[in-house]
Amino acid sequence: MIPQSIQDLFKKFGSLPVVVGCLFITTLYVSVCNLAFSEGSALHVSTYTVTLFGKYLCYALLALAVDLVWGYCGILSLGHGAFFALGGYAMGMYLMRQIGDRGVYGNPELPDFMVFLNWESLPWYWAGSDSFIWMIFMVLAGPGLLAYIFGSMAFRSRVSGVYLSIMTQAMTYALMLAFFRNEMGFGGNNGLTDFKDILGFSLQSDTTRIVLFALTALFLALGFALCHFIVNSKMGRVVTAIRDSESRVRFIGYKPEHYKVWIFVVSAMLAGIAGAMYVPQVGIINPGEFSPLNSIEMVIWVAIGGRGSLYGAIIGALVVSYAKTRFTAIMPEAWLYALGGLFVLVTLLLPKGIAGFVPSVLDKFKQAKKDKSIAEKRAAEVKS
Amino acid sequence: MINKAGSPLLEEENIQPDTRHGVILYVEDVSVSFDGFKALNDLSLYINDGELRCLIGANGAGKTTLMDVITGKTRPDVGKVSFGQQVNLLDMDEAQIARAGIGRKFQKPTVFEMLTVFENLELSLAGDKGIWTNLFHKLSGEQKDEIDKILQTIGLQKERFMLAGALSHGQKQWLEIGMLLAAKPRLLLVDEPVAGMTAQETERTAELLTSLAGEHSVVVVEHDMAFVRSIARKVTVLHQGSVLAEGSMSEIQTNPEVVRVYLGEDQGAA
Repeated sequence: MIPQSIQDLFKKFGSLPVVVGCLFITTLYVSVCNLAFSEGSALHVSTYTVTLFGKYLCYALLALAVDLVWGYCGILSLGHGAFFALGGYAMGMYLMRQIGDRGVYGNPELPDFMVFLNWESLPWYWAGSDSFIWMIFMVLAGPGLLAYIFGSMAFRSRVSGVYLSIMTQAMTYALMLAFFRNEMGFGGNNGLTDFKDILGFSLQSDTTRIVLFALTALFLALGFALCHFIVNSKMGRVVTAIRDSESRVRFIGYKPEHYKVWIFVVSAMLAGIAGAMYVPQVGIINPGEFSPLNSIEMVIWVAIGGRGSLYGAIIGALVVSYAKTRFTAIMPEAWLYALGGLFVLVTLLLPKGIAGFVPSVLDKFKQAKKDKSIAEKRAAEVKS
Repeated sequence: MINKAGSPLLEEENIQPDTRHGVILYVEDVSVSFDGFKALNDLSLYINDGELRCLIGANGAGKTTLMDVITGKTRPDVGKVSFGQQVNLLDMDEAQIARAGIGRKFQKPTVFEMLTVFENLELSLAGDKGIWTNLFHKLSGEQKDEIDKILQTIGLQKERFMLAGALSHGQKQWLEIGMLLAAKPRLLLVDEPVAGMTAQETERTAELLTSLAGEHSVVVVEHDMAFVRSIARKVTVLHQGSVLAEGSMSEIQTNPEVVRVYLGEDQGAA
């Protein structure tokens, strides 16, 4: 009875419990080994590693967001970095205000770069940035609003395919140029950095880092559950149908543009959360995050992990990010070639990515076993 | 540019065509031109409630453009198109027209290849097509029965859990007709249903379409004359964007205008 119910559970929830379980175990392991064991111990996990893992988990959440629009709805967004960066800037603004008078210029109201630019007061769009609640609102509303405006215009005019991809790319590029300007009031070239604490807890302390890491894991788990719920609902099937044949969806009475805008906004918000969790752990946000190259890398994570598979997107982000950390340590200049090579190889050999590869191997294995048993049966029949 | 149904949160009233005069579709004096080429030229056509009508005509006669106009894909330059007496189709977009009860089958079979046959029909069922309702939607027992009934009508019970992409060409065509039926339309527009089908499949399709007439009104566009002869009670011939002749198949075949156009002016010249 018990194994039966586990099977039922798997049928009902798919990969959800596995992913959440893995995340929970990793978080527990990393936190305990970081806090409970001293530095000399063989079991110790360094704070550097904790932060690195936290960064990877942010990327995984971002990959999930990209997979939701690309893998399930067929919208190839080459500008998801923009939503990630906007979420990051919302968090960065809050952290900037938390510095208070501990900055180089000791101005209790203005961040250092504004003092440096001889600004008298905060620009209007910095209003409320010292409130934690306002920050949470902006992390969701900033990317969400941009996605809503962009999506409504693009999808209503029925822009799709390559044209849409180029437009998303242009969007993130334009934002990058804008954020590079000092007059924008977001710290220009240098971005926002030198953060001291969050809600009164020092960002340098191990405990804060562990909490941030655990929160990232929690958000990733929640994001996964949300995406899982969406793609397995009837709404998710409509979205898949739009990917396969948009005009047929329209002629059976749905409005594909509404669905596309909705899914685009949800995805942008997830990317915003990923950006917001990324900034306190990495300690800086600058316009480089808007760079088109970043957005392309996100798409590669999903392609390698398995487009149209939620856990595939997570695996892709983790594998590629880990490879990047390793590779850039050994041969920094060769990384882009390696990434490009990996992308070509996966496209040629594993069109469904890593997530598509594992089940197909399992199937082959099962088939082989079945064939073998049939052969044995036949052999037995012949003998008798 | 926000239209009446601009918000996904608003529910729409159920639109019912007024067919007290026995006519379900009025197309009156419609003209469409593309860059100076007149695809439809002052065309008028009436479809009666419950009838099965065949539209024939050479390539470029305007058959597909007419379908596009009725389903809201193309806007005519002038003319009037209404569903029943009151529902003006020219004010509505594709999705609204579909919800009002006009189903369309494309020339090329168009099904959702990565969903199962069952799911294809599930999505096509009549009902609220908004985002939030569908996010929390559960199939009711009646809806399951309805899907079963349709599967039986189109003869795909055994394939219900197969991916639609794995079906044969003919089965995809039937599935698409099934998807139209699931939406409970009053009027079905069927574009070349037997193109590329085997003789057996063609026969089954003919049975299927004739069985649908009565409860639904069906308009079939087809090139295959043998097929048209086997199903049609009334045939409309289109030529250069307008109606050339209308009547039973035998009337059409003896109509001098049709003979002249189809067999060529060169006969007369010779």
